[in-house]
Amino acid sequence: MIRPELVCPAGTPAGLRTAVEAGADTVYCGFQNATNARNFPGLNFTPQEMERAVGHAHDRGTKVLLALNTFPPAGKFDLWRDAAALGAEMGVDAFIVADIGVADHIAREHPGARLHLSVQAAASSPEAIRYYCREFGVKRVVLPRILTVPEIEALAAEIPCEIETFIFGNHGLMVEGRCSLTNYVTGLSTNMDGVCSPAADVHYDRDTEGTMTTRLRDVTIDRFGCAETAGYPTICKGRYHAPHREDGYYAFEEPVSLNLAKLLPSLMGAGVHAFKIEGRQRSRAYVRKVVGAFRRAVDDVMAGETPALDDLVALTEGRKQTEGAFKTKKWR
Amino acid sequence: MTDVPTHDSGGAHAATGWAPPLPLFLLQPVLARVVRRVASRYPELLERLGPVRGARFLIDPRGLPFTLLLKPDPDALLLRACPRGRPPAHDALIAGRFLDLLELVDAAEDGDALFFSRELTITGDTEAVVTLRNALDNVEGSVAATVAGMFGPPGRAALAALRRAARRGTPEAQP
Amino acid sequence: MSRKLTLGPIPFHWPAETKRDFYARIADEAPVDEVYLGEVICSKRAPFFERAYAAVADRLERGGKRVILSSLSEVMTKRERQMMAGLCEVDDREIEINNNSGLLHVSGRTHRIGPMMNVYNERTLAVLHVRGATHFALPVEMPGHAVARIGQAAAAAGAGLEVQVFGRASLAVSARCYHARAHGRTKDNCQFVCEDDPDGMPLTTLAGEPFLRINGIQTLSQSCVNLLGDLDDVAASGVTHYRLVPQDTDMLAVVGVFRDVLDGRATGAEGAARMDALDIAAPFSNGFWHARPGAHHVRTAR
Repeated sequence: MIRPELVCPAGTPAGLRTAVEAGADTVYCGFQNATNARNFPGLNFTPQEMERAVGHAHDRGTKVLLALNTFPPAGKFDLWRDAAALGAEMGVDAFIVADIGVADHIAREHPGARLHLSVQAAASSPEAIRYYCREFGVKRVVLPRILTVPEIEALAAEIPCEIETFIFGNHGLMVEGRCSLTNYVTGLSTNMDGVCSPAADVHYDRDTEGTMTTRLRDVTIDRFGCAETAGYPTICKGRYHAPHREDGYYAFEEPVSLNLAKLLPSLMGAGVHAFKIEGRQRSRAYVRKVVGAFRRAVDDVMAGETPALDDLVALTEGRKQTEGAFKTKKWR
Repeated sequence: MTDVPTHDSGGAHAATGWAPPLPLFLLQPVLARVVRRVASRYPELLERLGPVRGARFLIDPRGLPFTLLLKPDPDALLLRACPRGRPPAHDALIAGRFLDLLELVDAAEDGDALFFSRELTITGDTEAVVTLRNALDNVEGSVAATVAGMFGPPGRAALAALRRAARRGTPEAQP
Repeated sequence: MSRKLTLGPIPFHWPAETKRDFYARIADEAPVDEVYLGEVICSKRAPFFERAYAAVADRLERGGKRVILSSLSEVMTKRERQMMAGLCEVDDREIEINNNSGLLHVSGRTHRIGPMMNVYNERTLAVLHVRGATHFALPVEMPGHAVARIGQAAAAAGAGLEVQVFGRASLAVSARCYHARAHGRTKDNCQFVCEDDPDGMPLTTLAGEPFLRINGIQTLSQSCVNLLGDLDDVAASGVTHYRLVPQDTDMLAVVGVFRDVLDGRATGAEGAARMDALDIAAPFSNGFWHARPGAHHVRTAR
């Protein structure tokens, strides 16, 4: 069995140190601009912070992946080019890319660099993955959260690169890198600007009974009674009316988080090389608890023991968790 | 703050000169020192706040007898206790149990998790709140302990007393 | 510069008879230059019309239209992979790739790149061009200023450049079928309930505002993209092909309006008045082109 790499989120320099301390084999992070898909206010790294963070991680044997996983619009490619140059200079261990142009640029201009294919590239078949491996020398693919464990196992036999799967965190439903819902409402693009439901456009209104209404600009996303748990203010986690439904319903997905703690042994058996924890936008408290729990779980499995799984449900969206598509195709 | 609606709930009342109770009055210079100390001890905090440094945050620790108005503007730092029921003009409101808020400040608690469970309430300028949360999360060490440390043993005792008061004020709170 | 009017693939699951009639009229009466054929959204729908395509394509070609075969946008299952591989073997017609799995098959051979393929910049265009792509349909969310930049690269490469100028915008695709979900089913036992909604299933916000349209695994905009008032800008950006995405409305009339304005037989104002008269059951939008929220409609001075 391959000893899987635990790939952990680092939204800030302090978050990175927390993840390293909690047992991350690898951390992933981004600069404070549109070159990464968590371009949120107050988050991410200045070049100086990144340089120090890479040094800190490397001193402790932890790898650093630089997320360059958005799509540069024509005329703005220099921002991605500069970010790649900075990353190469600082010695990041790999670049996580989604755009074909960015992948090609790094493959040619930084020939020694290791490329990981972001989930934003939406490579969900052996042919798609093989294309990126063949053309740009991609060494690892981050799989969309839409495949069952047997499907992942079959896929592993058909591709020449490593596999990274999400094991915990936000349970995105839309094919990533193909969603313009945020742009439709706010004018900012998930693909080009690295934002999903930008905070500046999110509004929480409370009435006297404690009901909370979530709006993205002028669009009502959801309403929560005072005792109801809430989710992220994204369009795909909202409630809407449809002709065949009496009440508002989660047309796409309930607020729920992915938690594959119980599937770790079967994922490892399926040939997964790396486990990814989502949540660069989450706190150090989250990183400490989730990374720590999965560190122990992975070590237990490697030692041939049944993993003792900490209860992580308190950190999940809507305080609900799912094994999503990994467990059953019925999810589709 | 540009292009962000100002939430002026009760702003008019705040300017009428209603006298706060004595303890609140005594608290103001202490709070002013606290925010200056935190700002100088953690310069990266204000830096990371970037464009939202001018935002006015009203922090409502449920169970405490007052709310706090924070403006993390390096040129005009403000932290002031405000009487309950008469909120000053503010851009964003953050309300939650005092202990939860304290743990948020120290990144010991996950803000999203508190929000999902509805224990944390946010209204107004969401971007300012998210930025503040992210900036605080990048502060290592305990801001609360730093503040308490400013006042030596009595300060630490006061922090402990505050925590106790918060627990009494919110019976559902677990130590 | 050439101004070719194209008809995109039908996104919805219309009954086979409806599709046949639709294409018959397009072939005989619609002044479009090129027609994209194929099931782009759901592989389960494909068998309903698979065998009709050859005859439809022939008829369209007899009507003077160039026919391009479009691939699926989601490729994951064995059957979908086979469909993609099969399409990529077609050598008597042009093909449009809508999923990156197709790129593996067609490298080195002439092909078109569809609007789901995320060609956002010159570098991506160049990489695909040297591997055989001769025509690029851009993402519907591309702002005009970026289209203009990429337009220079396309012109230099001698490649076709296409932008959607009419129809609901495709905003997202998923592995899950939201049509089936709305009816308490899953994709595997969907019973093709999407056929009941020829213009998509409307989603309305809890505040009562029409917002989105569900089309199986696809989420479309409630608003209908209409760049009729922006055609001069679109042309100046180097766009060579203007795509109309079919929806459940009088598409022949829509084609007629765009043809007349593109060819200078009608002014923009006349065209706009004719579009308004069609009484399309959706507000018009051009926000994406203007780098505004996609749902917005920006009035353009003419």
